[in-house]
Amino acid sequence: MSEYLVLCSILFSLGAFGVLYRRNILVMFMSIELMLNSVNLLMVYFSALHNDQSGQVFVFFIMAVAAAEITIGLAILVMIFRHLGSINIDSLKKLKW
Amino acid sequence: MSNIIFYILSGITLCSALFVILSKNPVYSVLSLVITFSCITGHMLLLSADFLAVVNLIVYAGAIMVLFLFVIMMLNLNDAVAPAGKSFMSKLAAFVSGGLFLIALVYLLKGQQIGSVDLSSLDENFGSAQELGKILFNQFILPFEITSVLFLSAMIGAVMLGKKDLKDN
Repeated sequence: MSEYLVLCSILFSLGAFGVLYRRNILVMFMSIELMLNSVNLLMVYFSALHNDQSGQVFVFFIMAVAAAEITIGLAILVMIFRHLGSINIDSLKKLKW
Repeated sequence: MSNIIFYILSGITLCSALFVILSKNPVYSVLSLVITFSCITGHMLLLSADFLAVVNLIVYAGAIMVLFLFVIMMLNLNDAVAPAGKSFMSKLAAFVSGGLFLIALVYLLKGQQIGSVDLSSLDENFGSAQELGKILFNQFILPFEITSVLFLSAMIGAVMLGKKDLKDN
């Protein structure tokens, strides 16, 4: 199996590990960015492997969706900080029984 | 030669990605994330995706990371940074599930027979802005337009969410 597959698998699992490990919402967002970027790199790799540039166009769309997602997420984060005074994910437990 | 560059870049990528997760201060996380994205840009250059590499550098390492830094500075996280008490078990659970996920991925991909990339067989201007533009504006014109609507709604949403008090208007 190719080195790029191993690299992207490790990067993706590092991102998943980061989302589970950290309680800071900012760092969780950064871990999500890591996962998205590892998939982007894999897309570019496969597009070069199959000599097909459509894969690179898909990376554009992934980047666009990621940018929109991060914008909205950070706006929500600022709102959470204004209301609760903390960006720890454990402070969002009003719906908890 | 490109093999050596690949392994060096991969090492830096993985180390800085690990530092993103493990560092206590979010500012250091952002800075090492910039390093990670720059290394991924290098990987894209190795795969002869020139235009995409530049876009990755500008959009991710430039715009999104500056957005993160602005938010960190705006929030003034001096006392909020202090870690809340977190049990050892939940950290262990995160470690175990991340490791199991990696093992599952590698096990699934292990048997695949994938040839290596032969850069000399690619077209001369593979991954150039011209070629990508042709595909983007012919084959993917509808997703492109929908993306613009997505950006517009994201912009409006961010402005609405960021306002101090919605009842003030």
